Amino acid sequence: MTYTQLGFMAVVAMVVVDLSVLRTRLVRRRVFWTSYAIILFFQLLTNGMFTGFGIVKYHDEAIIGGTSPATGPPAFLGDGRIAFAPVEDLLFGFALVLMSLSLWIFWGRRGLDRTPHAGPPIWRRDDASSN
Amino acid sequence: MARLSYVAILAFVLLGCLWLEVALRTRVLARPRRLLLTLAPVVLVFFLWDAYAVSQGHWWFDTERILGLYVPGSVPLDEILFFVAIPIASILTLEAVRSVRGWSAGDESDGS
Repeated sequence: MTYTQLGFMAVVAMVVVDLSVLRTRLVRRRVFWTSYAIILFFQLLTNGMFTGFGIVKYHDEAIIGGTSPATGPPAFLGDGRIAFAPVEDLLFGFALVLMSLSLWIFWGRRGLDRTPHAGPPIWRRDDASSN
Repeated sequence: MARLSYVAILAFVLLGCLWLEVALRTRVLARPRRLLLTLAPVVLVFFLWDAYAVSQGHWWFDTERILGLYVPGSVPLDEILFFVAIPIASILTLEAVRSVRGWSAGDESDGS
């Protein structure tokens, strides 16, 4: 299978895991999509370093775009790439993030280390303390 | 020093989000068993994907800019660290959003 095919399969698989296996239903929650938007921005930034500096290279038989050049960065945008990285990395990243967050919420729902809850930010007064 | 290129980017990722643990009280590191049980399946699944991709030549690494240590399957140790760092960063982000906005993620109480 190609990276393109595996990427789509992984996204579908992790959505099924979220909705039907772990039943965390994060893809239906605002907190997930807001978090993902932030993560996506930083993915483009850091993945751009991995691929722009040529630390990770890709073969054209596995991706929509062409093989990474032997020297110098690949296309910043175009040839199946966004911020130097193959667009397939967006699928890989989404699957990685959704699996991680779904599992994290799954364990919380099961009561494992549900607390301490997140927040409040340090600039807000905590209701439960006199601080 | 070039061999630290890959892990330097991971350090950048963690530096970019670990401050949330203090500033937004995300309390991810304060829940270590939950974190470990989240990381273990993720590392396993994505290690298997990585090993397959490397074996098929989907992607490869500049051997002068990774640590040079490998786990079975010819997967660089750097990649395993990636599969630990990115989930931690993602969870910190989720808990940071929850800290600020107070939105429900479904695990707030029993039987939710």
